Amino acid sequence: MGKRSKVIVREEVVIRFSGDSGDGMQLTGTLFSDTAALFGNDLSTFPDYPAEIRAPQGTVGGVSGFQVHVGHSEIYTPGDYADVLVAMNPAAVKANAKWIKPGGTIIFDKDNFTEKNIEKAGYEKDPISEEKLDHYNIIDAPISSMVKEALKDFGLDPKSVLRTKNMFALGMVYWLFNRKLDYTEKYFEKKFQKKPRMAEANKITLRAGYYYAETIEALNPVYKILPAENAKGTYRNICGNVATAWGFIAAAEKADLKLFIGSYPITPASGILEELAARKDLGVISFQAEDEIAGICTALGASFAGNLAITSTSGPGLALKSEAIGLAVMTELPLVIVDVQRAGPSTGLPTKTEQSDLMQALYGRNGECPVVVIASSTPSDCFDFAFEASRIALEHMTPVLLLSDSYLANGTEPWRIPEMKDLPEINPPFADRNDIPFMPYKRDDEKLVRSWAIPGIPGLEHRIGGLEKTARGKVSYEPENHELMVSLRAEKVQKIENEIPDIVVHGSDSGDLLVVGWGGSYGYLITAVRELQAEGYKISFVNFNYINPLPKNVKDVFRKFKKIVVCELNLGQFANYLRIKYPEFMYDQLNKVQGHPFTIDEIKEKCIKMLEGK
Amino acid sequence: MSEATANKYSPKDFKSDQEIRWCPGCGNHAIINAVQKALAELGIPKEKVAFISGIGCSSRFPYYMATYGFHGIHGRATVIATGVKIANPELSVWQITGDGDALAIGGNHFIHIVRRNVDINIILFNNEIYGLTKGQYSPTSKKGIVTKTSPFGSIEEPFSVGELVIGAKGKFFARTIDANVTLSTQIYIEATKHKGTSVIEVLQNCVIFNDGVHDTIATKDVRDDRTLILKHGQPMIFGKDNDKGLVLEGLKLKVVKLGENGYSEKEILVHDAYEANPGIHYMLANMRYPEYPVALGIIRSVDGPTYEESVAEQIRSVQKKATIKCMDDLLNNGSTWKVE
Repeated sequence: MGKRSKVIVREEVVIRFSGDSGDGMQLTGTLFSDTAALFGNDLSTFPDYPAEIRAPQGTVGGVSGFQVHVGHSEIYTPGDYADVLVAMNPAAVKANAKWIKPGGTIIFDKDNFTEKNIEKAGYEKDPISEEKLDHYNIIDAPISSMVKEALKDFGLDPKSVLRTKNMFALGMVYWLFNRKLDYTEKYFEKKFQKKPRMAEANKITLRAGYYYAETIEALNPVYKILPAENAKGTYRNICGNVATAWGFIAAAEKADLKLFIGSYPITPASGILEELAARKDLGVISFQAEDEIAGICTALGASFAGNLAITSTSGPGLALKSEAIGLAVMTELPLVIVDVQRAGPSTGLPTKTEQSDLMQALYGRNGECPVVVIASSTPSDCFDFAFEASRIALEHMTPVLLLSDSYLANGTEPWRIPEMKDLPEINPPFADRNDIPFMPYKRDDEKLVRSWAIPGIPGLEHRIGGLEKTARGKVSYEPENHELMVSLRAEKVQKIENEIPDIVVHGSDSGDLLVVGWGGSYGYLITAVRELQAEGYKISFVNFNYINPLPKNVKDVFRKFKKIVVCELNLGQFANYLRIKYPEFMYDQLNKVQGHPFTIDEIKEKCIKMLEGK
Repeated sequence: MSEATANKYSPKDFKSDQEIRWCPGCGNHAIINAVQKALAELGIPKEKVAFISGIGCSSRFPYYMATYGFHGIHGRATVIATGVKIANPELSVWQITGDGDALAIGGNHFIHIVRRNVDINIILFNNEIYGLTKGQYSPTSKKGIVTKTSPFGSIEEPFSVGELVIGAKGKFFARTIDANVTLSTQIYIEATKHKGTSVIEVLQNCVIFNDGVHDTIATKDVRDDRTLILKHGQPMIFGKDNDKGLVLEGLKLKVVKLGENGYSEKEILVHDAYEANPGIHYMLANMRYPEYPVALGIIRSVDGPTYEESVAEQIRSVQKKATIKCMDDLLNNGSTWKVE
């Protein structure tokens, strides 16, 4: 379609779609990402939307954004700064001005830059000059009026016509990056199967945008990003929440158990419950509970009755589940609790990301109450760690707390699809039918794990509960027995360190500075560290996925570096945890609590300061 | 139930080896006897039975049963039991709870299990007091009661269990008295046969903190005149001499004396526990002495789809049409691409 004067091959590019929360920016961004992924680019995305479903139109608070980082080589983050910003209104310029790369391209809908909207966004007259963006590549397209013109003989009502304007913008971006329209057009046909007129209208608008960009030569030269040189295999795009849900289904299949999820909707974790509710084809039992407590307690009941049981939530919900997690610890039943962290305390910034539930996950219960804590670190490895959390829970008869976060939950990246035959087996310690009388708290010598007697088996009838018990399962108030059982439960969890992998050092295994991260900030940290390594610094990086218990080689890794900096999106929770566990080291900190991930620049700045001894 | 008839059980087969630690004279002893009798009579194999409880005196119950059991946390037995039943619909699931456990801290779960109609038996021990925490008023305590936390008298309006059950779209509600083992046993049997959430309110006596709370209607000398044992299809007649009955006058129930003012058995209401419209059931459940006798027996028993059957049915019907049959299918479904 169309001829091009010049095409430049780029390694990577960051595009940010931005508009009112009703402008369809999430869909626009997703369609662009899928098209890029199908072309074979590597990518990472980050949706950033307001807490209100429809915040006041035209205000900065109501701006919804979707950032996608597309590249030829390994892409670990959605990128800090955008090469291209699509701004559907003045408020979108206001919200994003400082996130555009100097000299970048800004496409905006001129028709929406009315006096009223400009004022609503907090500008006086001209957003572009007031933001000092005049020397950028500004494309002030009359999107609304061109959409009206393109569909004027189509017989749609004005509201439906204007609803397609995001597709005009998408068409323009497709031209800028030399993309084909076929995937998006097929999407329209599927989505509007029952309304072929709407499918047609969207196609017309999409093409109108594409041709408009071509006509005005919106960007000269045009960028092209070659497909990534990824490992052989079949790929798909996946977001963290869906990957988490799928990891659980895979684990249930491997363990040959039914999967039960009991959950209460909460942002940003609802996607897990929604995906599992849709998976009745694979026999998943989903229970939307009346509250967070009912979510975990139904899961615990299902676990007692022999299912792989899951409950998903975010920080405030985890607080409500604390008592029931204690019951799961006491009854030693397998259970996975997913906490998709968001900015707290209390309701906090419910749609923004943070890593501030770590202490709650580790310690937020009454009594001596150890649980396994593990954290996912990329959208796609949410699958691996959901699977791993289930495996540990089932094989060690313990609750496992799996930490994800808003950024992983909604972010997407291409994922090489695993084959089920390559995943490890899961073997729960089912009770022997001849083990009569059944002793619920009798343990195996090696792992200290009790066996699991599923109700329905004759001869194994037993009672468990929140009161302290002896190995035989009798309620006991004996002081010595309580101390023994408390120690055994702790030791059981600690012994899991024997089967988790060592921590991996990215870079040389000794040097001037070790950057330490955990969970979801992996992508930013590794990108920054790689850049610093390329610049010649003696810097390495470790990222923790296993937090309780910790991998066994941590000390050996830490002691080979002159300095250690722990980077996390909180005020230093993991750093403090490491201070308890390994007090012999000094830990510097890089912390951020703005509801946003780190930028590469701020990580590099901190590291260079430390490396140069400032 | 061919398996059931093959098993011959006696009540003591359901007794565990744990020593019962309820206070001497506590109503709970009679309740557990009645439950064990009902189970023996039902003949359900004991490995197919699960008792789930929360916190409170009554909630120690599972430890004393030789079945599967789960002693949970305060107020949450309802939801633990829901999970057990959905995960394993083959089990006969019983929830043991009290007025505090079910209606105060667990009030939210209580109305929701009733609304969902999960097929379990809920035995609610109502002694109108908190026993295990040593004597504070409960959500069913009568207004004005003096307790440790209401030294000047409670100012709260109590819940009526039956009213709550019917308000939450409940399909089975029965009431009994702890000491009446025969009636209780019959009710437990019927509740087990009923498909759906069965709520049985047991008027239970706490000898220590609320002794004699139900005496006005429950003692031997007065109970025949002050309670009405409802039986489906039978006229609502009560009294030591079977000389009193209930009629509907205008929009209200009224107690009449047979043979007086032209009332004979013909005019007396006949109990229909299976009627879907809850109007009369609501009035019966709410009858209070001295205006009325307190209704005992099965007040309401209406069929409806159970939650766990609907869960299973939905999964079956989706699976019948599904193209995704296993995890590998799902992983490769939709937009994928190959790197050679």
